[in-house]
Amino acid sequence: MLDILNILLSDSFWAASLRIATPLIFGVLGALLCEKSGVLNLGIEGIFVTGAMVGWMAVWLGLGLWGGVLAAAVAGAAFGLLHAILTVPLGLSQHVSGLGVTMFATSLSYFTYRTALPAVSSPPKIEPFRALDIPVLSDLPFLGPVLFQQTAFTWLALLMVLLVWYVLNRTPLGVALQAVGDNPDSVDAQGLSVYGLRIGAVVAGSALMALGGAFLTMSAFDSFFFGMVNGRGWICIALVIFASWRPGKALFGALLFGAFDALQVRLQTEVGAVVPSQVFLAGPYVLSIVALVIAARRADYPRALLTPWFKGQR
Amino acid sequence: MPCRPVRPPDAPAFLLSSKMTVDLTVTQTTQTKVLSLSGLSKRFGSVIANDVIDLDLHQGEVLALLGENGAGKTTLMNMLFGHYLPDAGTVEVADEGGQMQALSLGHPQAALAAGIGMVHQHFALAENLSALNNIVLGSERLGRWRRDLRAARAKIEQIMQRTGLVVTLDTPVGRLSVGERQRVEILKALYRDVRILVLDEPTAVLTPQEADTLFDNIGAMTREGLSVIFISHKLREVLAFSQRIAVLRHGKKVGEIATADADERIIARMMVGADTPETPRTDMTAGAPVLELEGVSVTGRSKRDSLVGASLTLNAHEILGIAGVSGNGQSALAGLISGLTKPSAGTIRIGGADIATVTPANMIKAGVGRIPEDRHHDGIVGAMSVAENMVIERLNSAEVSRAGFLKKDAIKANAETLSRNYDVRGPGVDARARLLSGGNIQKLILARVFEQTPQLILANQPTRGLDMLAASEVARRLLEARETGAGIVLISEDLDEILSLADRVVVIHDGEMVEAGTRDREVIGLMMAGEATPHEPQQSGAGTK
Repeated sequence: MLDILNILLSDSFWAASLRIATPLIFGVLGALLCEKSGVLNLGIEGIFVTGAMVGWMAVWLGLGLWGGVLAAAVAGAAFGLLHAILTVPLGLSQHVSGLGVTMFATSLSYFTYRTALPAVSSPPKIEPFRALDIPVLSDLPFLGPVLFQQTAFTWLALLMVLLVWYVLNRTPLGVALQAVGDNPDSVDAQGLSVYGLRIGAVVAGSALMALGGAFLTMSAFDSFFFGMVNGRGWICIALVIFASWRPGKALFGALLFGAFDALQVRLQTEVGAVVPSQVFLAGPYVLSIVALVIAARRADYPRALLTPWFKGQR
Repeated sequence: MPCRPVRPPDAPAFLLSSKMTVDLTVTQTTQTKVLSLSGLSKRFGSVIANDVIDLDLHQGEVLALLGENGAGKTTLMNMLFGHYLPDAGTVEVADEGGQMQALSLGHPQAALAAGIGMVHQHFALAENLSALNNIVLGSERLGRWRRDLRAARAKIEQIMQRTGLVVTLDTPVGRLSVGERQRVEILKALYRDVRILVLDEPTAVLTPQEADTLFDNIGAMTREGLSVIFISHKLREVLAFSQRIAVLRHGKKVGEIATADADERIIARMMVGADTPETPRTDMTAGAPVLELEGVSVTGRSKRDSLVGASLTLNAHEILGIAGVSGNGQSALAGLISGLTKPSAGTIRIGGADIATVTPANMIKAGVGRIPEDRHHDGIVGAMSVAENMVIERLNSAEVSRAGFLKKDAIKANAETLSRNYDVRGPGVDARARLLSGGNIQKLILARVFEQTPQLILANQPTRGLDMLAASEVARRLLEARETGAGIVLISEDLDEILSLADRVVVIHDGEMVEAGTRDREVIGLMMAGEATPHEPQQSGAGTK
């Protein structure tokens, strides 16, 4: 018991929580944007893989770290556009299209990686984002290591929370986006484009998702390998419901999952000899399900989620 | 009233015929025209929703657009507002200087820019947003990073003060009452400075008090120059609040009349029409009762799908027409006879035998043939073949299956015979049923129903959406079944159809069924609107018992 308390009080635990949460923050924000407009994007898992691969490869090809971030976002946006065209103007099943995008994006990324690097046994490394070293702030006790020794990529995620919140709640675009996810007719009757808003939201959301993947290869690790996304996209889909489609709560949910994950790693080393490690590995997911069951009852679903809208069919 | 119709000497008789109403135009001299629709046409598949409709609107005028359900009123207004793109026709709108300008069709944005606002029957509101956001939505430039809600709020508050349409601006619309939501819809239009306001059945969801307030507000706004078109089928409010009435029937404009010259009788005739295709019909003597309802109630989610203590008797060799405006309990009655809806009280007898448990299987077993209202959705399984659909109600019978296996050859042979006899045309009996046209789907259903020689047939809107030929074929088959001894419940919103086919007419209104006791379409029309009592004193369980 005392061990757990020690873990929870350590700055390294909280720093790790935020680090683990970072890709989830991107993913959950992206999924939130898509779903706020009424489109479920199950392409998220594949878009994570694409973001991870493209971001890494752009840096490896010498485009620089921020060039990698941009490349990942563009690649994610492209798959988002594919999903948006299939589900918005064509009105196909969002589930089927999303799962298709996941399979397509994953396979294409692996294929591209293998084609570019046919004969490497150990994945080539890049120079990833480094922890910021901010004078004074980084040296603060506790807060310093937790917040101010993270990489710029983590700060970008936190910035995105603010940005998405601001856009959704404080701009005409955000209000229109919220309206199109609740009742597309309301947007159409006011002379705005339902298709334009939804496609835009899915493309932007998918770009954010890809950044979540890029964080893995460009900040958390320094190379790309198969299976590294490991279900993080799916976790984001659940976290959006947990967050009831609110950016602030999305950040909280991502941090909560990050904390569970950081905790289980530490518990493994503490009591790993007695309890099989798989129990700990499963822990964050079990706790996510519990949290979801509690939160989903009150979740504020966008009313038009999953419902295609067609012009001229009122 | 400056506008008077050119009326021939014998107006009522003249109004009865759509062929002769073409020159019934209202002469407008003193008022300025603000809107002109010409030749607007729209088809949905095989259904002609609007057929070359011309309509004008003048400044400060309240025009009522009247017609039965499916007459094409909403379609016309949806074309005006840009929700639908017309197949043919043009719209001209007066700009601020009063010059008529062609309107770009198919874009709500263009309609709004031209000063046309629409209040939708099914509110186009985002319930998660405040009233303020719903009103302002779309009038702000989307690229802006900041919103100037203070100016918007001031403008809306000024409009609210001027018109008396007051709502709480910061409450999410989802928490507002229906009346308040409608006020938000109207404010949405007024905020855009519309000069023409279209209201689609604005009082359908309002209490009488709310409706009165609404029309008072509209009156005040028209005195400031707003022009209004409102869709309704409530004769009383049309007469009280409009200056001119245009009537649509079966997608055609059948007449216009100044409200001052109209009364409920004239309007009812115009709405219902009289051009009935003649169907040869022999007199028959009614036989034994095939369907008896005694005090049957159905508790639906709302009054619209409920029945209140319904009693009726239908005999063999009889067609009983159920007349009524859609949503007055027809679906409850149809559900009951199909076995889909369980009654909450009362007794049902079919062919003299009590139906203890109402299920679809029991009803089929009791000899009920069902022609459902939504033939695509409820009448066929679109993904299955024509042949399979023709036997789908008797899969366990010996002709169709043996020991749980379908007799494919017999099913196919049966389908080929039926297709020939009932003239079902399409890509063949092995093709998926959804590939058939609406008329041929209906023929498929008729074949399936009539081949089992049911003693009771439920025909729910059997000709809706069909062309004249298919519709008269359905009518012929129904009369044929009547001759061979079936009793038929014919539910229709088309009073012409009921009067041409039915032996007796029952009017359904707010879930209550009353025998009309007359074939006078005006009286029936008024009863359908809930504004008249039956012609003769009503006896419960009316009929030839």
